Amino acid sequence: MTTNILLTGVGGQGTILTTKILSAGLVELGYDVKMSEIHGMSQRGGTVNTQLRYGDKVYAPNIGLGEADIIVAFEKVEALRALPYLKKGGKIVMDDREIYSMPVLTGAQSYPHEAAEELKKAVGDVLVVSASKIAESIGNIRAQNICLLGALTESLKLNGIDWEALIASMVPPKTVDVNLQAFRAGVKAVQGR
Amino acid sequence: MKKVIMSGDEAVARGAWEAGVSLAAAYPGTPSTEILENMSLYKDDVYCMWASNEKVAAEVAIGASIGGVRSIASMKHVGMNVAADPIFSAAYTGVNGGLVIVTADDPGCHSSQNEQDNRLYAPHAKLGMLEPSDSQECKDFAAAAFEISEKFDTIMLLRMTTRVCHSKSIVELGERGEAVVYPYESIPTKYTMLPVNARKRHVIREEKIKEMEEYSYTSPLNKIEYNDSKIGVVTSGISYMHAKEAFGDSVSYLKFGITYPLSAKLIREFCGKMDKIYIVEEGEPYLENAVKALGFNCLGKDVVTCQGELDAEIIRRAFGIEESGESTEKCALTAPDRPPVLCAGCPHRGFYYSLGKHKKDLVAVGDIGCYSLGASAPFFGFDIGICMGSGFSSAIGLAKALEAQKDKRKVFGMLGDSTFFHSGITGLVDAVHSKANVCLCILDNSITAMTGHQDNPGTSKDVMGYEVPSIQITDIIKATGISDKNVRVVDPVDQKEIDSAIEAAIKSDGVFIIVSRRPCVLIKEVARANAGAHCVIDADKCVGCKLCMKVACPAMAFENGKAVIADPDGCTACGLCAQMCKVNAITKAGE
Repeated sequence: MTTNILLTGVGGQGTILTTKILSAGLVELGYDVKMSEIHGMSQRGGTVNTQLRYGDKVYAPNIGLGEADIIVAFEKVEALRALPYLKKGGKIVMDDREIYSMPVLTGAQSYPHEAAEELKKAVGDVLVVSASKIAESIGNIRAQNICLLGALTESLKLNGIDWEALIASMVPPKTVDVNLQAFRAGVKAVQGR
Repeated sequence: MKKVIMSGDEAVARGAWEAGVSLAAAYPGTPSTEILENMSLYKDDVYCMWASNEKVAAEVAIGASIGGVRSIASMKHVGMNVAADPIFSAAYTGVNGGLVIVTADDPGCHSSQNEQDNRLYAPHAKLGMLEPSDSQECKDFAAAAFEISEKFDTIMLLRMTTRVCHSKSIVELGERGEAVVYPYESIPTKYTMLPVNARKRHVIREEKIKEMEEYSYTSPLNKIEYNDSKIGVVTSGISYMHAKEAFGDSVSYLKFGITYPLSAKLIREFCGKMDKIYIVEEGEPYLENAVKALGFNCLGKDVVTCQGELDAEIIRRAFGIEESGESTEKCALTAPDRPPVLCAGCPHRGFYYSLGKHKKDLVAVGDIGCYSLGASAPFFGFDIGICMGSGFSSAIGLAKALEAQKDKRKVFGMLGDSTFFHSGITGLVDAVHSKANVCLCILDNSITAMTGHQDNPGTSKDVMGYEVPSIQITDIIKATGISDKNVRVVDPVDQKEIDSAIEAAIKSDGVFIIVSRRPCVLIKEVARANAGAHCVIDADKCVGCKLCMKVACPAMAFENGKAVIADPDGCTACGLCAQMCKVNAITKAGE
């Protein structure tokens, strides 16, 4: 059994670091893990996708259309954009944060604010975590990614390893405290449901 | 041995280091950049350098190889076009210390101008070629490439693709092997490609390829997995992984690790046992042609596209297995586009905004780098963008063509500081020498930005972190003999300054040069200096005219009829928007 996770966000949101920490944790849990990231032009405010697959034996590092078990979206319309990758019956873990792209800022296109509600109608299993708001209240909105990581590990029941030690070893030293708080808040946000 | 998760690029660096490599050279280009970046972690053992272009990188590595040490040059697929000249001839000379050229191809054009399949270079240039399919193989094949290179006196091509370079998987680490050093010997008949020597070396090259093909037959780098004999899949690289996902153990596999020379004997042996043969490969029908040339019918490019990347689902559909039907959830909403844009505070924004004001009097040619983003909305800064360096040289040709049809518009050519050193200097020289009616603009942001901030000859540090002399672009311009009055060095955020330079260029006859100079805001020192600084818009003063929105800064938004700095953390207080405001509503704060 292979589990396919697609993480999507906007350049600068820390999707790649999140995927790195998640991968390291899954390796520690004894899984075969492959992750794939596409960077380059995408970091200039474009969409950033990383893909992670784990199981007993994983061959391909990337996920095709309709193959993701879980989409983790760091931004609302990015969840919408990634939807074609979701398997029928798959799960979405998303932040309801809105980041406006240039066509939206200039008024050329409109932002579908109701995306989370519409996704809930279309996909049965949608978990909305206000990770950026939680991170902001803790003191740094940039810890949003680690808050979502907490929500994800908890909802997948990826227990048995010390995620906090792993996070502490992989985030910038000055941000360890805020990231650990964000992680715990993310875990709690799921436990509360 | 320790197991870690690493990218293909990291693993190539690790494999080369373990194999005792002594020199690594490269020019940055996605998805190959991280090979040299990771190589520099081993700077105590390996001399690492960013060359000014891929040709230089290859030539440096060739020199090191002939000198007797193992060397590696890495580049993206289009970079190999630049390096092709030395590689084709050094293929005849052969090596002394092992020599590996890494080509990182980009099927799907994730960040490239084409999706050429560089496997075709191997038979053309007569190089040996290995194709890894995951990070472990990247490490193992990089090390094996040096062995094979020395064994058969051949340059080895290590061919990767984006998904191999940028995917991470588990790798078992080894130790640093001792640096392999062979004494340098003067053998002009081997290393000087005069016709008389080249003819003889060509004969030797052909013999070596035959020997390599024999070796390939027994090499463990090629793998056969016999399962059912109804279908046999011939594949290599990342495509093998996709095929395994799609077919599992229901078919047999011939997975080539050595993709040049291909072992005909292995193909015959495998295909002879199969009822049907499928070829699974991205890009060109490279394996397919080889299989067909040996007289086997097979199914490949007739059903699998030559465009983009493959994945398991594409293969399932192509070969008609497991029609998955309705596999995805549907939602009626569509996401607004999110194209990559120039960052908040990017110096290129001021340049393109000014250029746009003078559009009716000019035609512009762009190039490859962050400033390529100026081609899209709302700037539409240039009409033509081909390859590194073409921003200058194609401008010469375009100017001559416009002149011939009495079109008075000035042709502008743009490229960046790193691109100037890569292949802009030759275009500059030719523009002056041919009296072309062009304005050549160097958008100098003091770093190789697009690929993630590598140093270049204009910076004062090298990839290993050592101080090095920086080359002054203005000194090079001066050396062409162009008159000072036709050269402007300006800060592009200052609209008066850049407007005046562009206007002077339009009025000028012949070559005019603009150095548009302001460092990238993402350079650490620059970001530190800008920390906390941002613009503020006085909502009482703002009349909602949207003039400031014309500069398309991602830190700004227009909400409830007023412009706002929506992302003060992203804003660098460059002040370009403030220059647009007619009612002085925008001021700088936090400086």
